[in-house]
Amino acid sequence: MPRESMELKPTFETLSILDEEGHLDRDLEPDLDDEELEELYRCMVRARRFDELLLEWQRSGRIGTFAPVTGQEASQVGAISATGPGDWFVPSFREIAAFLWRGGDPVDMTVFNAGWNEGVRIADDAHDLPIAVPVASQVPHATGLAYAAKLRETGNVVMTFFGDGATSEGDFHEAMNFAGTFELPVVFVCQNNHWAISVPREEQTASETLAQKALAYGMPGIQVDGNDVLAVRVAADEAVTRARSGDGPTMLECVTYRLLLHTTADDPSRYRDEEEVERWESRDPIPRFRDYLVEKGVMDEGRDEVIAEEVEASLEDVWSDAEERIEGLGGPEVMFDHVYAEMPPELTRQRERFSGIEAETAEPDEQPEAEDDEQPEAEDDDG
Amino acid sequence: MAEMTMVEALNHALHHEMDQDASVVVLGEDVGEDGGVFRVTDGLIDEFGEQRVVDTPLAEAAIVGASLGMALNGLRPVCEIQFSGFSYYAMHQIENHVARFRWRSRGRFHAPMVIRMPYGAGVRALEHHSESKEVFFTHIPGLKLVAPSGPRAARALLLSAIRDPDPVIFFEPKLLYRKFREDVEEEEETWPLGEARVVREGDDLTVVAWGAMLPRTREAADVLAEEEGAEAEVIDLVSLAPLDHEPVAESVRRTGRAVVVHEAHRSFGPGSEIVARIMEDSFYHLEAPIHRVTAPDVTVPFFARENAYLPTKERIVDAFRSVLET
Repeated sequence: MPRESMELKPTFETLSILDEEGHLDRDLEPDLDDEELEELYRCMVRARRFDELLLEWQRSGRIGTFAPVTGQEASQVGAISATGPGDWFVPSFREIAAFLWRGGDPVDMTVFNAGWNEGVRIADDAHDLPIAVPVASQVPHATGLAYAAKLRETGNVVMTFFGDGATSEGDFHEAMNFAGTFELPVVFVCQNNHWAISVPREEQTASETLAQKALAYGMPGIQVDGNDVLAVRVAADEAVTRARSGDGPTMLECVTYRLLLHTTADDPSRYRDEEEVERWESRDPIPRFRDYLVEKGVMDEGRDEVIAEEVEASLEDVWSDAEERIEGLGGPEVMFDHVYAEMPPELTRQRERFSGIEAETAEPDEQPEAEDDEQPEAEDDDG
Repeated sequence: MAEMTMVEALNHALHHEMDQDASVVVLGEDVGEDGGVFRVTDGLIDEFGEQRVVDTPLAEAAIVGASLGMALNGLRPVCEIQFSGFSYYAMHQIENHVARFRWRSRGRFHAPMVIRMPYGAGVRALEHHSESKEVFFTHIPGLKLVAPSGPRAARALLLSAIRDPDPVIFFEPKLLYRKFREDVEEEEETWPLGEARVVREGDDLTVVAWGAMLPRTREAADVLAEEEGAEAEVIDLVSLAPLDHEPVAESVRRTGRAVVVHEAHRSFGPGSEIVARIMEDSFYHLEAPIHRVTAPDVTVPFFARENAYLPTKERIVDAFRSVLET
């Protein structure tokens, strides 16, 4: 056998439309109407503000650990805005901005972050999955949803989100390969935010880019400036169109940055330089997009402040609404709900016993009495 | 003698063992620069370098599978799975290879490796961070599994686990990581794997617990003594595989009554095996049905309800009373 070189079909592209100073590449500018452009901006601002509030509530002990989105708003909003309501949204655990775009209620997310399962309940008519914490574990689900969409000819596509670290997991590779093999209508959105907790992107994989991993699975991969909402939107529109027209999956690598922490349990000062963070702060996706909108005449000077006020108003009651919801939630026996369609007899028995015990111990006022009652009895028995 | 938390004691053991045995390597997600998300591997990378303290890609199957390869080729890997809820990514490596390499190579190879993982609820963590699935591992022939209940045990068991010729699942009760300090001898101390310990003597009742449930079980025993005048003998099982049944049997034959406490689900939980063994060899000594205090057969709820999910001291005392009243 002779030794020859074989050329691979080059489908790998990079894309940037709006640079760090907000300068536009007019040839690539997408044709979006003013209203939608403002909605993209509003959602990014709202996600950023909600993140700040969640962080405040976490620091004051009102909610538990969560993964902030700050810095990644353009990647999420740019991509998810290419989907329609019938399409599927398959998140990992940092998709606060995409969740809000899909119409997710910040009160639900707050209830969830305060430790209550009820907060993850998805609206009956939404094609959204709950957040998935184990890294990359949701990616095969997107592939399966897409298989079903194709088989059932629903015309819907699937978009799943994950991070740079997820591309090291077997689940990612298996799901990508599966989707490529069956030409499924799915868009894989990788948010390369440069850090998987403490491990930087370049130590996560020796690949020069993450987008190129798509090529091995026979699908187009594109690396976009993930802090440029227009670039992300254009790439996502193309990928969604490709999926919807039966031409198979696409992988987007959105190059962005996690400006805050992995989760609120994390301390980035242990492993990354503040200078790097500052460099990325200057590439913040929100002011860049605002400058573009003002330049384009979509927003007047001062319009951003009006939007900020409206966003504030839309979030000002979130905590009190969440508190009210939480007060109305069931007791600990709720943990027995939704394990099976029909509760098996043994589980029913466990719940009854559990509720009995809860009733005894949940009312501290009655405890001294109970102890007085029980002590002599027990002594009698013992004797 | 130094007072240490469990995290410090584990860290001490890793420093000590890496220092005295050049074949010991540590690998896992965020174990290097970050020192582990719970800081168990803090400072190791500074002392031993990134060749021996490896920040791996996010790839649990490869962390465990590569650890096996390292073990087959002269190293003693101590790998970390960041939370036990993520060990399932590596389950095919654990069951198909790690546990049975000695067996499937007819003794030609063996797997001297430790797979550390924090387990258990009670720290307000996210979903998949709070499970207690000991039985996933104890059901697999060829694996050992230990779960320390305090800093001293943690140090002594980790040293033994690293030196053991067989693979050891090292179950770390994250609820106890920083819960209390304990004197840990400056001098090297090892505990044999597969040995239970009587931590409180008593003649009225035998109680078996381990890991995160041990401290509250001891407290419950004290409440029982104070309020009922009954003395529970508390056995820290320490090792679930191999299971050291003899101290349990000896105690039950003396007390005639037994309670098992675990935070794993009730059905097919570790308690089922412990109770079955008592029934097999000590049935005629029993004066009352054995009770189990466990988590219910439901997924660990999000943290607002997790303390209700776990066996509480009150529920444990209730079980003691029921068994004594029978």
